[in-house]
Amino acid sequence: MDRREFLASTLAFGATSLTGCANPSVPPLPPGALYGASLDLGHRLREPNFPLPSETRHVPVAIVGAGIGGLAAGWKLAKTGFADFLMVELEAEAGGNSRAGRNSVSAYPWGAHYLPLPTREATAVRELLAELGVLQGDPRASQPRYDERYLCSTPQERLYRNGMWQEGVLPQAGVSAAEREQYRRFYALMEAFKLRRDQDGRRAFALPMALSSRAPDLLALDTLTMRDWLLEQHLDSPHLHWYVDYACRDDFGTGVGSVSAWAGIYYFASRNGEALDAASDTVLTAPDGNAWLARGMAQSITKRVGDRLLSGALAFRVADTGKQIEVDLWLASEQRTLRLVADQLIWAAPLFLLPHVLVGHEALKAAACSYSYAPWLVANLTLSRFPEDRTGAPPAWDNVLYSGPGLGYVVATHQQMRQRPAATVFTYYRALNEMTPQQGRKLLLETPREDWAERILSELERPHPDIRQVTTRLDVFRNGHAMVRPLPGMLWGDARERFANDGVRIRFAHADASGFSLFEEAQYRGVLAAERTLRRLGVKFKSSLV
Amino acid sequence: MNHALLFSVFVVASCGLAYELIAGALSSYLLGDSITQFSTVIGCYLFAMGIGSWLSRYVERNLVARFIQIELMVGVLGGFSAAGLFFIFVWFSSPFKLALYLAVFGIGVLVGLEIPLIMRILKRDLAFKDLVSQVLTFDYLGALAVSILFPLLLVPHLGLVRSGLLFGLLNVLVALWALWLFREQLQHAGWLRAQGLFSMLVLAAGFAAAGHFTSLAEAHLYADEIVHAESTPYQRIVITRWKDDLRLHLNNNLQFSSRDEYRYHEALVHPGLSTLPGARRVLVLGGGDGLAIREILKYPQIESVTLVDLDPAMTQLFSTAPQLRVLNVDALASPKVKVVNADALLWLENNDDVFDFVVVDFPDPSNFAIGKLYSAAFYRLLEKHLNAGALAVIQSTSPLYARQSFWCVVTTLESVGLVTTPYHALVPSFGEWGFVLAGRRAYQPPAAYTVDTRFLTPEITPTLFQFPKDMARVDAEVNRLNNQVLVRYFEREWRQVIR
Repeated sequence: MDRREFLASTLAFGATSLTGCANPSVPPLPPGALYGASLDLGHRLREPNFPLPSETRHVPVAIVGAGIGGLAAGWKLAKTGFADFLMVELEAEAGGNSRAGRNSVSAYPWGAHYLPLPTREATAVRELLAELGVLQGDPRASQPRYDERYLCSTPQERLYRNGMWQEGVLPQAGVSAAEREQYRRFYALMEAFKLRRDQDGRRAFALPMALSSRAPDLLALDTLTMRDWLLEQHLDSPHLHWYVDYACRDDFGTGVGSVSAWAGIYYFASRNGEALDAASDTVLTAPDGNAWLARGMAQSITKRVGDRLLSGALAFRVADTGKQIEVDLWLASEQRTLRLVADQLIWAAPLFLLPHVLVGHEALKAAACSYSYAPWLVANLTLSRFPEDRTGAPPAWDNVLYSGPGLGYVVATHQQMRQRPAATVFTYYRALNEMTPQQGRKLLLETPREDWAERILSELERPHPDIRQVTTRLDVFRNGHAMVRPLPGMLWGDARERFANDGVRIRFAHADASGFSLFEEAQYRGVLAAERTLRRLGVKFKSSLV
Repeated sequence: MNHALLFSVFVVASCGLAYELIAGALSSYLLGDSITQFSTVIGCYLFAMGIGSWLSRYVERNLVARFIQIELMVGVLGGFSAAGLFFIFVWFSSPFKLALYLAVFGIGVLVGLEIPLIMRILKRDLAFKDLVSQVLTFDYLGALAVSILFPLLLVPHLGLVRSGLLFGLLNVLVALWALWLFREQLQHAGWLRAQGLFSMLVLAAGFAAAGHFTSLAEAHLYADEIVHAESTPYQRIVITRWKDDLRLHLNNNLQFSSRDEYRYHEALVHPGLSTLPGARRVLVLGGGDGLAIREILKYPQIESVTLVDLDPAMTQLFSTAPQLRVLNVDALASPKVKVVNADALLWLENNDDVFDFVVVDFPDPSNFAIGKLYSAAFYRLLEKHLNAGALAVIQSTSPLYARQSFWCVVTTLESVGLVTTPYHALVPSFGEWGFVLAGRRAYQPPAAYTVDTRFLTPEITPTLFQFPKDMARVDAEVNRLNNQVLVRYFEREWRQVIR
């Protein structure tokens, strides 16, 4: 709440008592639940005191973690016809940050909620979308046709600022000509980065990032923050800085003042996917966010090689014996330890877990310790109807509040084929980037759901005065280590390279190996790890990455 | 007592600014050009206040009684200013500006008198420097309070008319309060009290009746008598009558006039349906007025008509109101007709029925929610409900006023693989209107009509399919859910027409 709104709210209160109108009673907070990554189980890694294995099972390939990276690895193995693998997952279900919930109104995301039109180099993403029937025709076409049910309906996004909604997220009304000139210059710079290629034909900022140019002047962008880079370019427009900050918080959970300039520019310059039937800034989305992509890979695996998922299993010890890898799993529901003995391990869980689990490999563990993670909060508000709206642009899929603590909300029913849905679900996002990640995690641990509910409702009350009256349920999901933070030096430093490189028996298939928690990056790492594993095992396969 | 008077300065100042803002806002609403309106209203008001201040020297005796009377006058005049100006605008639009500046001037003079009088009353007990400092402080504070409350709370929640009346009441309350404070010094206190109570009564009655006032004003937006008006969760339905002409308005947009609706509905139904002698099952999407169904039921071979309309209030109204049942020949009560109140998109998606003829009669694509009903995705869904030889006809706005919009509908239908035949007809109350026939094979216009018609003849039918130069085909993008170009075309084209 800024000063102006504070003043307005005090005065509004004063006025209601002045005119003698009864202050309409504030409805009680809606019911709901507090969810989160399996904290208790996960935190047991801090003092591991698990019993000795009661069973030992041999499996040629073990995949630890069944988020997008793990599922992509399993998907590639299964597509190759290689069935001898097992995916283990701490949570009850696969999907990682792309999980979703569902109630009688709609499915709704608990994390990632869109996929930009894939770039030319995101070949594995295109292959998957073609398999799922969403990309129609040649998956390598420069402008494929996409199933319109997944192309985000118009209007895609809007911004609430100064009491009204505008189309698009870049602030427009009342922005001076000088600032608009900076907008123009910023976009021209990004356009130049989009088009730039090196002698080897690599794009300056490719998606997946591993395929980017290594030109020194580009890699040097990883040594300063995005804010410093903007200022270096004489871009100091406050509205532009807000917008870039918003973009960085939205994708990296980290603000413009902390994020690496390489990451900030990558956000704007890497996405150049096109479609025959949509503008290039259209995104692919569904009511359940990105869960359909995770489910699509899981179903593809099951269809080809059967169920290969062991869920509710905490990997608490990984040891390289020099010939094989031992993975000790705590099966919480059975209260016993299972030892997997694998020829090859694909680690597809977040890297911050590695130091707690891995025996030896001190250099890898030290590298993992240099990673920083952003804490996030996601809430799903079930609404009996669309709330009252302030004037301006009509409801969009992504609805952003200028200068708010949150990142706004996404409407789960936006893609529904109906004129105007009665009930709906709003998915509210907030990156806790205004404090250190440690403070953010502490806040997440200590804050009860009711406090979050109150804060979220009072934030959304600004554009939607009757949000409290129509919210029938408010569930909160807290994620202390939601995503890796691409801080300066992290993307093109040695630590990350260690996880991007191939290993003899262990390789990494998590988005952390790219430094970005993005679907395309996670899937690329998963497919790459699977292909490296197949190559090591001497299994013939057709690469998805060339 | 001094504190009480200073508080009344605060209230008086609030009211003074409020009347100024109300006049400025009202004239901007009604006349447009808000910069001019606000500048001239504020200028006139401040000037009048100056005159009021100057005139205050001529008030020599009975300061308190004069102050009370001025308060009452400001309260009544200012309180009713918005309502009165609105009335004048609606009923005799020509002297509106004169009335506006007269009202602003009058209120300004009275408000200009207030502060000097209060200062003189307070002078008896306060040193000059304290007097000026305290009175002016409260004066400006009152202005601040109202300038913030006005846009944030008052206009959105009360509206201009009721905000005005509310401030009028505050002025009267200040007068009554002063009456009580000075009750011992006043002569004729009883007479003043009666004036005050009367003013309060009048203002309170105005406040209570403000709701009726709005509907009275609405009645005047429609030139004709309103015979039915209701707000449903989906739209505002208004039916008007002038002599024998019944008109339906949805959200203030004319949907039909009973004088020429036969032209529209004959053109909508017969060119398609009369070429389908084998047609048995018909679907009507939108069109809850039953007028298209009236035309459809003229064909004896039709076995069933399914009407899908979002708004139950519409189908209810057109199956119960006697005059409307006469108009649609009680079509909705026919045993052949099944009425479904559902979202057409949802219904098409969840239903497997196929039809021989489909009438798509939605409102014009003026917003994104309705724009979805003209999208490629919608037509793809529609196509699944067409029998092999079936035809669908789509009302497609005016090819003359919204040329690119019309051809955008054609392009969009073609993009899903349907063969289209665009045509048009003149409906005087709408102007030149457009329709598109769509099916899987080429269409041949009928050589004869087997049913009674008032407008269509076999001779004029070929001319419906000829597009003169000013309505000829123009390029348009496909209207997709992810671009909604049709809504943008439509907005642009109708804005040009209205301007």
